[in-house]
Amino acid sequence: MNKLKKSTIFAYIVVGLGAMIMLAPFYFMFIFATHSNGDILSVPPPLWFGSELMNNIDYLLNALPYFWHNVGMSFYIAIITTALNLLFCSMAGYALAMYDFKYRNVIFAFIMGTMLIPPFLGMIPTALVMKYLGWLNTPKALYIPMACGAMGIFMMKQFITSAIPKELIEAARMDGCNEFSIYWRVVVPLIKPAFGTLGLIVFIGQWNNFMGPLVVMNDMKMFTIPLALRSLQGTGMTPWGAICAGAAIAVIPLLIMFTLSSRRLIDGLTAGAVKG
Amino acid sequence: MSAVESAEKIPAVSKKRSLKQRLNAKGYKWAPYLFVSPFFVLFAVFGLFPLLFSIYLSLHYGDATGGIDRMEFVGLANYIYLFRDDAWFHQSLINTGWLALASGIPQHVIAIPLAFFLHTSFKKTRNTVIGAYFVPFITSSVAISLVFTSLFSRDFGVINMILTQIGNVEIFGFQPLGWLFPTENVDWARPQYIKPMIAFVVFWRFVGWNTVLYLSAMQTIPKDLYEAATVDGAKPWQQFFYITLPQLKPMMFFAVTLTIIGNLQMFEEPFIITGGTGGIEQAGKTAAMHLYLTAFTEGDFGTASAVSWLLFFIIAILTWLNNKILGEKD
Repeated sequence: MNKLKKSTIFAYIVVGLGAMIMLAPFYFMFIFATHSNGDILSVPPPLWFGSELMNNIDYLLNALPYFWHNVGMSFYIAIITTALNLLFCSMAGYALAMYDFKYRNVIFAFIMGTMLIPPFLGMIPTALVMKYLGWLNTPKALYIPMACGAMGIFMMKQFITSAIPKELIEAARMDGCNEFSIYWRVVVPLIKPAFGTLGLIVFIGQWNNFMGPLVVMNDMKMFTIPLALRSLQGTGMTPWGAICAGAAIAVIPLLIMFTLSSRRLIDGLTAGAVKG
Repeated sequence: MSAVESAEKIPAVSKKRSLKQRLNAKGYKWAPYLFVSPFFVLFAVFGLFPLLFSIYLSLHYGDATGGIDRMEFVGLANYIYLFRDDAWFHQSLINTGWLALASGIPQHVIAIPLAFFLHTSFKKTRNTVIGAYFVPFITSSVAISLVFTSLFSRDFGVINMILTQIGNVEIFGFQPLGWLFPTENVDWARPQYIKPMIAFVVFWRFVGWNTVLYLSAMQTIPKDLYEAATVDGAKPWQQFFYITLPQLKPMMFFAVTLTIIGNLQMFEEPFIITGGTGGIEQAGKTAAMHLYLTAFTEGDFGTASAVSWLLFFIIAILTWLNNKILGEKD
């Protein structure tokens, strides 16, 4: 490793340039968010921050009067989805990891099998089901169907199997703890790390969800951020500064989460892939 | 009296205990089923029922939003129409295949050497570099597709600016790169350019994900294989071709499978980049977009459901073929 060959240096440069290409769209998103449309449309385009951020936000709020409500909807739906997944996935994962019961393997295989169903297959019937239920334009149309994912159950089962000794459960049962209390008082406190990882994954997935809200939300007030941003696209001149400001608001929470926990997120997302 | 009382109490207590124990035993028997029941209730209502309903819809014609009784049974007519007459569906399948290959192949061709290089030559900065390549994967595809639309715009886009500057480099009056790079601004909305643009955005989103998958597989390759090769005088590129690549085969199979399944469902990037229309001459319309537009713009839920099942079978067949080709050799 002491003598750096020319080819190695070249490879470092290529990897570094590649990383810059990966990050460049984020950079331009932030730059454009602070410039007027006129600046963005000039040649060459701006490469450093401007002072038009507030004007762009004003434009955004003019074009999308419910924008802050949309941001709130995104947070609300993502948080409820996350909470429900943590509860239901950990319950199911606990049962599959710690109990011997009839049909356990069949049940587990079935749950894993549902991961093979591609989301587009349910798009049309789900939209109709939501219409018949009267759930269109309500948040529950988005968080109830996604309240317990197979991936989350798998993650929880793996984690509980490796982190909790069966003797501990037996001991709690000997002491007269009932089954739900064992789950709530013994298991839940011990699986907080897995809650963190699964919570991040579910939150990000629901936050970015586009196809789901696209077919069940048609009232502008009930839009989530992706839908709201998308509705800015249209005829006439596209307000790039405002769009980039909105896109930045959609992406900033994700960037913060990623910066704080990139290792855990990457490991969590790939763990299912590598082990399963 | 007190003796009698206490004598009566003892069996009562022991009876209560045994009742509790019996309840606990019963609880042990039923608890696991209760714990997995939320998944099955939700799946029955929002997973299985929609699938069955979708089969029903695909055999009917009419506007389903007013109630299913307004639909008329047409047998396989929707499927026959799709096979024989729906030229836009055929076009969307071709587009999907084109985009799947053009965005999928570079993902793996770049991710494998990149992962190898990260594995062998990066120590302290590895996590930062991985983070830079991975972050597109977790960002909102809608937000970032909008940003890309501005970067790719014809007259002021940064990408055109860079490409034409490279294309216009002059040495002694010649433009040595002019044949490869454009010398004037490209209109990315035109049919022949919209697909490369979409493919690039999809490639950009998923190359880091594949890199991480390959990197995690490389970390499980036994080190003594490399040590033995080094002792035998194998150069790094030889180690890459004779050790790393063969050892990566299971992960390649897995990652390619994920790419096939994911790319054939491509929806969000082309939807945003073409403004939900499919673009000029529908050159950027994928099969999943055709499915959405057939249902929600034309109101033909029956044909749209048939599209979803055909697409599902295409994905299933290609996954199976991939399993035949890549999966069984090791």
